[in-house]
Amino acid sequence: MISNSERPGQCEISLAVNGEPKTVRVYPMARLLDVLRHELGLTGTKEGCGEGECGSCSVLMNGKLVNSCLVPALQAAGAGLTTIEGLAPGPQLTALQAAFLKCGGAQCGICTPGMILASRQLLDKKPKPTLEEVREGLSGNLCRCTGYMQIFEAVMEAAGGNPE
Amino acid sequence: MKEEQIVGKSVPRKEGRDKVTGAARYIDDMTMPGMLYGATVRSQIPRGVIKKISFDSRFNWAEFVAVSAKDIPGKNCIALIGDDQPCLADGVVNHPEEPILLLAHQNPHVLRKAVDAVSIEYEPLPAVFTMEDSERCSQIIWGADNTFKTFLIAKGDIESVWEKADYIVEGEYTTGAQEQLYIENNGVIAAFDADQGITIWGSLQCPYYVHKAMMALLNLPSEKVRVVQAETGGAFGGKEDYPSIIAGHAALLAMKSGRPVKIIYDRMEDMTATTKRHPSRTRHRTAVSKDGKILGGEIEFTIDGGAYATLSSVVLSRGVIHAGGPYYWPCIRIRGKAVATSHPPHGAFRGFGAPQSLFAMERHMDRIAQVVGLSPVEIRRRNFLKLGETTTTDQVIREEIDLGKFLDRALVLSDYHAKKSRFVNENQIGPVKKGMGIAAFLHGAGFTGSGERYLASVVGVEGCADGTIRVLAASTEFGQGTNTVLCQIAAEALKLPYDCIQIAQPDTNQVPNSGPTVASRTAMVVGNLVRSAAIGIRQTLVAGGLHDSYSPEEFQAACQRHVAEHGELRSYARYDPPAGVFWDDQKYSGEAYASFAWAIYIAEVRVDLSTYAATVEDFVALQEVGRVLHPILAKGQIAGGVAQGIGFALYEKVVWQNGRMQNGQMTNYIMPTSADLPSIRVFFEEMGNIHGAYGAKGIGELPMDGPAPAIANAIEDALGTRFDSIPLLPEDIFEAISNSEPSEIR
Amino acid sequence: MRSAPADFTLRAPGTLQQVLALLATEPGTWLPISGGTDVMVQYAAGKLSSRQLVSIWNLTELRGIEVLPDEVKIGAGCTYTELREHDVIAREFPLLANAARWTGGVANQNRGTLGGNIVNASPAADSLPALLAYAAELVLVSVRGERRVPYHGFHTGYKKITMESDELIRVICLARRFSGYLQYSRKVGARNAQAISKVCMAALGRIRNGVVEDVRIALGSVAPVPIRLTDIEQMLKGRRIEPALQGVVKKGVVAAIQPIDDIRSSARYRAAVAGNLVAEFLAQLVDGGTLA
Repeated sequence: MISNSERPGQCEISLAVNGEPKTVRVYPMARLLDVLRHELGLTGTKEGCGEGECGSCSVLMNGKLVNSCLVPALQAAGAGLTTIEGLAPGPQLTALQAAFLKCGGAQCGICTPGMILASRQLLDKKPKPTLEEVREGLSGNLCRCTGYMQIFEAVMEAAGGNPE
Repeated sequence: MKEEQIVGKSVPRKEGRDKVTGAARYIDDMTMPGMLYGATVRSQIPRGVIKKISFDSRFNWAEFVAVSAKDIPGKNCIALIGDDQPCLADGVVNHPEEPILLLAHQNPHVLRKAVDAVSIEYEPLPAVFTMEDSERCSQIIWGADNTFKTFLIAKGDIESVWEKADYIVEGEYTTGAQEQLYIENNGVIAAFDADQGITIWGSLQCPYYVHKAMMALLNLPSEKVRVVQAETGGAFGGKEDYPSIIAGHAALLAMKSGRPVKIIYDRMEDMTATTKRHPSRTRHRTAVSKDGKILGGEIEFTIDGGAYATLSSVVLSRGVIHAGGPYYWPCIRIRGKAVATSHPPHGAFRGFGAPQSLFAMERHMDRIAQVVGLSPVEIRRRNFLKLGETTTTDQVIREEIDLGKFLDRALVLSDYHAKKSRFVNENQIGPVKKGMGIAAFLHGAGFTGSGERYLASVVGVEGCADGTIRVLAASTEFGQGTNTVLCQIAAEALKLPYDCIQIAQPDTNQVPNSGPTVASRTAMVVGNLVRSAAIGIRQTLVAGGLHDSYSPEEFQAACQRHVAEHGELRSYARYDPPAGVFWDDQKYSGEAYASFAWAIYIAEVRVDLSTYAATVEDFVALQEVGRVLHPILAKGQIAGGVAQGIGFALYEKVVWQNGRMQNGQMTNYIMPTSADLPSIRVFFEEMGNIHGAYGAKGIGELPMDGPAPAIANAIEDALGTRFDSIPLLPEDIFEAISNSEPSEIR
Repeated sequence: MRSAPADFTLRAPGTLQQVLALLATEPGTWLPISGGTDVMVQYAAGKLSSRQLVSIWNLTELRGIEVLPDEVKIGAGCTYTELREHDVIAREFPLLANAARWTGGVANQNRGTLGGNIVNASPAADSLPALLAYAAELVLVSVRGERRVPYHGFHTGYKKITMESDELIRVICLARRFSGYLQYSRKVGARNAQAISKVCMAALGRIRNGVVEDVRIALGSVAPVPIRLTDIEQMLKGRRIEPALQGVVKKGVVAAIQPIDDIRSSARYRAAVAGNLVAEFLAQLVDGGTLA
C-alpha cells in the first residue's frame, strides 16, 4: 500500500462514488482505477490489461461506461461514479446480478464486475435488446471462461426477454 | 437410474454471490501491514553468460531489498519433475525473460523504475528457435541432444501393413503456441516468520505443488510451509506450475526483508514471461484399405518445450496417447519427442498435448477421406472404436460406446447435409464461401496410467460444531465449479440440503492433498473421494445412534452432539486404484485412463474472400460425459472451452522474435470478443462411468480438442484449399489462395 | 502500470481560453488530453514522453454538434458515442457514424473523441478516411484567433499534422451535400470488435446517366497517413464502371498505397484487401449508385 503521507504534486479531488461524496488526495495522473481500489478500498473493479482492452476495470462515470484504467483522476473530479459495489444498494441483489448467478454468467468472476456494469449500461440504453445488440454492447468486455453464451442468457433474462 | 436430488441440478454457485457483488477477493485486492512490492529483473537475450550486473548510481539502492541466486537457502530450482529449471539464473540465461534478480520496495512505481535501472551485460551464446533446429543438434542447449523426453507406443505388427495397404496417406500438421490469457494476471503475497515459516497466498491451481517447491527452494520442513489459494481469476493450466516460480520469488524477498511481499505481474510481463501451450508438429503415415479402414500407421509427434523440461514429458505423454483419436488401429507406432528451444518454457494449457495431436488426427482423417474417395462422415464411421476393441495403447473399450450414433445426432443438430448441399450452390456466386467440418475425438480424464495411484489423493469431510458439513480438499476453484460440484456431491451423499455444505479454502494447513486441480480429474476422481469421505461421516454418526433415514435437522443435531463430545468429527478418504486397471510405464501400454469422454463437434464456417477472414457461424458440440453433475456448469465449461478452441484455430497467434513474444498486449494478442463467436450449441449424452463420482467423467479439457480441426476441415470444405497449420489467420488464407492454381478454388 | 503518476502534471483549467493561454505561453510543453483513450495507453506502457498534460475533456466550447442548413459542425470534444447517437450524423454521414461504432467498445466510445482521433494521427484511425471522403474542414483555434483549413492535407507524414503547437481543433465541419451519394465503409480488423484496423475504407460515389459523376475513395492503414485515392478518382470520373475496369483499378490501388508489414498484418495482405474493398465499392456503385 502506497504511503498516504503528503506529497507535492498531489491534489484534492472530490467526486461521488456509489452515491457517497468522497475526497481523495492523489496525483492528478493517478488512474481512476487505482483511486477506486487503493484510496477508496473498492476492490471490486479489477485490472486485467491496463490498456483499455479487457473491460475488467469498467465503471459508470456520470452514467456512462468507461475503462477506469484510462481515466486520469483529475478528469473524474466532480463526477458521479458507480462501481460494482454500488449496484445493489442493500443486501438484495439486482435483477442483473441475480440473472448472472442463475444463468452461469460468472465463472472465475474476474471479468464479472465490469461485465455486469457493461450489461447495466446496455440495458439502460436498450431495455429489450436483441441478441445482436447484447453482443455489441458487451464487445468491449473480454471473458476467457464462459465463451459469452451464458452471459448473453443472463442479460436477456434480466431484460425479461426470451433468450434466442 | 437417477434418484438424486442435488447432483444433476444447477444449484447456485457456492462463491457466486461474492463474484457478482465485487466482494470476491483476488490477490491484488489483498494487502498486509508493512507489505512491500516485488518485481523481477529478467533476461533480455535468449541465451548467454552473465558477465556483469550494474546498478544505476542515481538510485538509492539501500532503499531496496535485492535477491539473487546466492540468497537461495535451499536448492536453486523449481522442484517439479526434472528439477532443471533454476528459480533465479545463476551466471547463465537460457531464454528471454528468464528471472535473474528480484527487487522489493514499498512504492511500486519507484520499484518499476528500479527494474529498468539494472543493466546486465551478457556474452551471448547461440540460441535455437525452432523444433527443426533443435533436432538438427548443431547447437546443444539442453542435455546431450536437446531432447527432454521421448515415448514409443507400439501396437501390433507394423511392418506387414504397408504392403497390404491400398492407400498410404501422409500428412504433416502443425500448431502454434497459445497463451492461456486468464483475465487475472499471476500474483502472490508471501510472508515469513522465523517460527511459523513461510506463508504464500496465491492465484494458483495446485497449493501442494507450490508447497513442495517451497520446501526445496527455501530448505524448510513441511510444517513450516503454508500455501493458501486466493480467489483465482482464471487459470486453464497457466497457473499449474508457474505459481511455484512467482511464489518462490516472493518468498525469497519476504525472507530477506522480513516483511510481506506482493508480486503482481502486469499483462505484458505475464504474457512474455510465463508458460504457453506447446507448439507441435505431427507427421502421419497411414495404411488404409480401399474401403476406408485404417490398417495401421506411424505417427511422429514432436512438441517444443522451451528452455527447461518443466511439464513437457507429461504433455508429451498425453499427446501421444491421444494421437490416434477415437479410432481402431490394428497396429500403430507412435513416436513422441519433446525438444528444447530458447523460449520461456512452455507449460500446461487445457488439453495438455491432446489438442495438438488431435488437431493432426482429425485433419488427417479428412485427408484420408479424400484419398480413398469417401466423405468425412463415412471415413470416421468406418473406423470408430467400439466395445471390446483396443485403443492405440491396447486398452480395451469396456463401455458400449456407439460413436456412429453420436455422429448421426450431431449431423442432425448441425443440419450438416442440408447445409453442405446448399453451400455447394451458394459458394458459386460471390466472395463468401461456406463449409462444414467435423471433428471426432476422445479425452481421457485423470492422471495417465499409474498417475492417480502415485498421487494417492486424500480428501476430508468434516462435521462442524454448528452441525454443518465442510469439505476439505486441496482442489481449487478458478471458475470451473470445483466448490459447487464438490459440495453438491457431499450434499447428495449425505442427503442434506446443498446449503448445509461448505468447502474450506484450499490452505495446506487445513486441507489434505487431494492432488492438483488439473487433468479434468476434480469432479470425477476427487468427487468420488468426497463422496466416500462424506459417507464416512454418516457411518460414524449412524454408529453413534443416528438412524438411517434421518432428517437434516436430526443429522445436524447428531453432528453437533458428536463434536461437543469428541472435539471433532472428521472422515478421510484416500484414492484407491480401481481393480483391473493396469498400465505399463515401460511399454507405454495398457489402461491409460480410467475413463474416456467422447465427442463429435461440427463447425459451420464462413470465409469472406474479400478479406480472407474465416469466422465460425454455428457450432455444435456434442459430447458423452458419463453424467452431467450440474447442467449450467457443464454447459459453461464446454462453451468456454470451445471459445478457446476457436481462438486457437483462428485468432490467437504468438509473434516470436529471437525467442521473445512480441505481441504481449491484449491489443495485439487477439482473443475472441462477444461479437466474434457464434452460438455455441452444447449437447450431452450420458452413459455413466463406474470410476467417476455419480457416473461423471472429466470434461474440463475435452472441449479444447475438437474446435480447431473441425474449423480447419470446414475451411477446406469451403475453399477447396488445404490448411494444416494453426493459427490460421486471414493473411495465411490469403497467401495460400494467391499461391494456388485457380482450379483449386471452387 | 509502467509510469509513475508522481512524474506527471495534469492541469484542467476549465475553459478553452485558459487552455489556449497555457498552450501559448509554453508552446510544445503541454500535451492536450481529451478522453485519454490513446494518451493513457501510452502512459500505462511507460511510453508517454510528455510529462505535462492539459485536460481538454468536457470543455463546453468543444462539445456539441451544431446542425446548420448547409453544414454540420462537430465539436472536437464529441465522443464516438455522441456521433453514433446523433440523428443527422447517422442519417447523412453514415461513414462517420459507422467508424464511431467500430472504434473500440462502448467504454472507449464514451471517452474517445473525434478531435483526439485526428490529432493522435494514427494511420489506422477509423474515422479519418470518413473525414477525407466527406472533404471535412477543420477550425483550428489559438490565442491568435481561428483559422479554417481543409482536412485533406492535414497529415503530412506519420503522426505529423499541420497544426501549430499552441493550436487546438475546435470543430470539424462537414458539408451537407452527400445525401444523393452511395456511401460505403468497411473496416477490416483482427476481429469484429475492439480491433485496430488492418485496412479501413470510406467512399462516396454518384452515378449520373450511367457514368461516374463524383467519387471519393479514402483508405486508412495502408500508408503513413490516411489517403484519398485521387488518381483512381480522376480515372473513374466520367467513365462507366465496367468489368474490364476492375483489373486496372486494383492495380491502381496497389500503386497508390504504401502498406507495411507490422505486428498486426502484412503489406501483401493489406494491398490485396484494399483492392478487394475498392472493387466491392465500385460493384455497389454500379448497382445502386444513383439517388438514395
